[in-house]
Amino acid sequence: MSDHKTMTLTLIVWRQKSATDPGKFETYTAKNITSHHSFLEMLDCVNEDLINADKEPIVFDHDCREGICGMCSQVINGKPHGGQERTTVCQLHMRKFKDGDTIYIEPWRARAFPIVKDLIVDRAALDTIIQAGGYTSCHTGGVPDGNAVMIPKPIAEEATDAAECIGCGACVAGCPNGAAMLFTGAKVSQLALLPQGRPEAAARVLKMTAAASECGFGNCSNHYECGAVCPKGVDVKFIARMNREFIKAQFA
Amino acid sequence: MILDGKCPTGPIEKSWDKHRFDLKLVNPSNKRKYNIIMVGTGLAGAAAAASLGELGYNVQAFCYQDSPRRAHSIAAQGGINAAKNYPSDGDSIMRLMYDTVKGGDFRAREADVWRLSQVSNNIIDQCVAQGVPFARDYAGYLDNRSFGGAQVSRTFYSRGLTGQQLLLGAYSALSRQIKAGTVQMYNRREMLDLVVVDGVARGITVRNLITGELESYAADAVCLATGGYVNVFYLSTNAKGCSVTANWAAAKKGAFFANPCYTQIHPTCIPQAGEYQSKLTLMSESLRNDGRIWVPKKKEDVGKLPSQIPDADRDYYLERKYPSFGNLAPRDISSRSAKEACDAGLGVGPGGRGVYLDFEDSIKRLSEDTIRERYGNLFEMYEKITDENGYKRPMRIYPAPHYAMGGLWVDYNLMSNVPGLFVLGEANFSVHGANRLGASALMQGLSDGYFVIPYTIGGYLVTVKPGEVKVDNTEFKKSVEDVKGKTNKLLNINGKKTVTEFHRELGKITWNDVGMARSKESLTDAIKKIPALRDEFWQNVKVTGSGADLNQQLENAGRVADFLEFGELLARDALHREESCGGHFRVEHQLADGEAKRNDADFSYVGAWEFKGNDKEPELHKEPLKFETIHLAVRSYK
Amino acid sequence: MQFTSSSIGRKILMAITGQAMVLFAVVHLLGNSSIFGWLNGGINAYAEHLHSLPLPIIIGFRLALLALVCVHIWFGIQLTLENRDARTKQYAVKSTQKTTFASENMIWTGSLIALFIVYHLAHFTFQVVNPETAALKNLVPLHNEMVPNVLGMVVAGFKNFFITFIYAGAMVALFLHLSHGIQSFFQTMGWSNDRSQPIIIRLGTLVALGLFLGYVIIPLTVFAGILKG
Repeated sequence: MSDHKTMTLTLIVWRQKSATDPGKFETYTAKNITSHHSFLEMLDCVNEDLINADKEPIVFDHDCREGICGMCSQVINGKPHGGQERTTVCQLHMRKFKDGDTIYIEPWRARAFPIVKDLIVDRAALDTIIQAGGYTSCHTGGVPDGNAVMIPKPIAEEATDAAECIGCGACVAGCPNGAAMLFTGAKVSQLALLPQGRPEAAARVLKMTAAASECGFGNCSNHYECGAVCPKGVDVKFIARMNREFIKAQFA
Repeated sequence: MILDGKCPTGPIEKSWDKHRFDLKLVNPSNKRKYNIIMVGTGLAGAAAAASLGELGYNVQAFCYQDSPRRAHSIAAQGGINAAKNYPSDGDSIMRLMYDTVKGGDFRAREADVWRLSQVSNNIIDQCVAQGVPFARDYAGYLDNRSFGGAQVSRTFYSRGLTGQQLLLGAYSALSRQIKAGTVQMYNRREMLDLVVVDGVARGITVRNLITGELESYAADAVCLATGGYVNVFYLSTNAKGCSVTANWAAAKKGAFFANPCYTQIHPTCIPQAGEYQSKLTLMSESLRNDGRIWVPKKKEDVGKLPSQIPDADRDYYLERKYPSFGNLAPRDISSRSAKEACDAGLGVGPGGRGVYLDFEDSIKRLSEDTIRERYGNLFEMYEKITDENGYKRPMRIYPAPHYAMGGLWVDYNLMSNVPGLFVLGEANFSVHGANRLGASALMQGLSDGYFVIPYTIGGYLVTVKPGEVKVDNTEFKKSVEDVKGKTNKLLNINGKKTVTEFHRELGKITWNDVGMARSKESLTDAIKKIPALRDEFWQNVKVTGSGADLNQQLENAGRVADFLEFGELLARDALHREESCGGHFRVEHQLADGEAKRNDADFSYVGAWEFKGNDKEPELHKEPLKFETIHLAVRSYK
Repeated sequence: MQFTSSSIGRKILMAITGQAMVLFAVVHLLGNSSIFGWLNGGINAYAEHLHSLPLPIIIGFRLALLALVCVHIWFGIQLTLENRDARTKQYAVKSTQKTTFASENMIWTGSLIALFIVYHLAHFTFQVVNPETAALKNLVPLHNEMVPNVLGMVVAGFKNFFITFIYAGAMVALFLHLSHGIQSFFQTMGWSNDRSQPIIIRLGTLVALGLFLGYVIIPLTVFAGILKG
């Protein structure tokens, strides 16, 4: 674009060959980066240089590169997704950095997310939580008309707020306890708010929270770090709602 | 060969119901004896895997991502069509069918489109039952918005997140079946080959992307729901991992590739900012509901700030050229108009590759808050990428490759010409003809997945004995050896150019020569250049690392190698189709006013190509298209 | 999963026991404030009133308090250990946005408070810290009766710099603990949402601050010589 100024940055990147390798930080230089590069495009450039130097490029998860698939997962200078409000790594642009900056890049760190390689972690545990009950048990076909049950607009909107979760796991990565309560709370709340999800609400919250514990996620101690790092701005009020559902479930 | 789509005969209104009745059923207690492979877990794949698992079949589902929830269906923003006619504005199943056939420029099968329109209503009900939070009005009823190519309001939506919400709905249904044990989920697996035994699809060879191991899976039917191929243009709105690899593997094993030249270039994307760019970002075309598209009338105004250009000096070219549809003209028309404006030197922004999408009038009419409520996330996304505020100055947009209408040829039952191989969603060619209307992709994916394949696959399975072929069959071993050979070859070239460099070069060829405006010269040029680039690739590509662990370079190398073969077929199809229709625009075939000139007498057919080897020309098979319900007409949006 | 082994169940027990102790702290402070003379006879009268309650009530109340403390400590330690285990490796750069010093150090502020309670009981309940000033041994007249001289014991204690320091320090720990704990209760019980939460957080900190000031003012005024025996 119009500005021709480029940046040179020092990257300190976590490299780990496999799940069993202890891993260590390596230092790289990113050259000729413009303010319009996305963070991942900056890493692409570094990787091209590494390949040309016969070195193994840094592997990192990414796919849609438009902030919705939830694949990208890097902790940048201690902040999951880099700390820009409501932004995933792939949507983070280099205009947020200055020439000469040193940037630490690490994978999500949590016991429930074992490192696969470099910046890639295994997030299967999040699937396990959903499999425990993150659905309505409706059959394909044989359901009533979409307008048969009215849903007040504010309820639909709040359910959508919860449903915006992209399952990236930043909440876990940011949580000092490695807890997945925002992820779990968002799904529990979405389905608890909607009339279609009410019949199974009690069983769902019990099963999903139990699954989270079994997967090795920590417990919530209300740091609220999860809400602050969530790239979709999912609010911690959904953890409160999940707690409420949990209490209700005790009397169900 | 003349292909038979096996469409039901008789009145179209009864066609799907009659066909469903005619289909043979699999006995409930026999269902669990059948194995079905589902490759891809987007809308079509996840919906199908969940539905088939629920019916009692044994399903093995595969995806290359770390979770089925990440498929690129998730990125669809705008909405999903259905003929519910809730607003009572004249919609009906027939009108949805009419709009879709006409929108596709009369290059789709009528029976398929009827079925799609008919089940569109079930899809909405299904998703609501799953807890998909569709937008509601203040009375609590489902809300609708309008979309390009239609004069009724039939699009259901959930903010700018419709694809995400629908995919997560399908993913939740899939998760339920995984828990129930009817579906086995294999994440981080990429299908690299289709195993065909005695002419019948019997399984697949996949690479475990974590360990690098090649794994064989056998089944009684193989379903591909592997999406589209527009990453052949390098820069597109698709996810980085989207590829033609699975489909191309099937094509090389005998499945016909239909209409590859029908590619959709989406009009409302954020323009490219630089060479390093890795992908283009789309903004829902629902923006065109309230945004007005314009370019300066005078070339000397191009560099000015938009606010300095008075209304009289702006050309609202879509409103001028298509007064009845205006800014809501179909995608192909809008995209081509933008290109024409930019080619005429009136484009704005870097490289003159952009047109304005202006919300000033809507903000005046409705208030900024209303616009924010409708499109807030899109404005936010635009600002993140461009660092410009879309409320204060018009957005800049430019067309970008977005969707593939073409795909593997399938009959009415979604089965390809290879028995046992089914193809769903964007991966098949069926319903969109030469151009897809907005909010129809989600509809097709879910229609195929929830409401078509669960019926039609049974009709095939009753004809085969379950578990006849196992992975110890020699064809599976041979397939693994072939894939291993290709992988080793890629790793051992050790040339000078990276995979991305080759992909970028391929993209330049395809975008310039096989993009929005194609000519005999450009296509002939592409047919020369692509094989040359392919040869260079196999001599000079550099892939570091090994095949025995997670190696993203190797994954990409395989995908680009396939695009380098497929790209040639795309150009050949475009060259053979001597007409302009939908997303396929040949400059030789246009009306005096620059509109596409279709040739129904010679080209009213599906062009399905049989792969004969990279050094041989593919063979064309035709399936004639008949239009009995919607009569052939010149598509006009004026 | 059992309530007492589930993640949220234990969190709720932490919240309820914690909040019950906050209520106790409020009542305790109101009682203590009698030292400033609003009750006829001051803190000695208040102490005498408490001691004249029927014995089963006193024992019951103490046992209940003990149970609260034990549950709170037991699950607090258990959850903290689990949470450490869930996140063994820290980031090279520590850069949290919402996490506070208080929320991160609940286990330590809690431990300090627990130690303090032991000391406090030894000091004023069992009166073994400064036996020569023990109220039980130094009776004073009140309304024609001889009662233990609690006031004397308190004043004698807080004239000592170290004792005042221990009390003031413990109240800092209490403030930190409650500034996170009080608002946390509402979140855990599901009684907060995006609109109410910022207010709850502020009010929680305010209550914690009020308790801190209320408690710390007695030793400080004694130490400064303002409050005399």
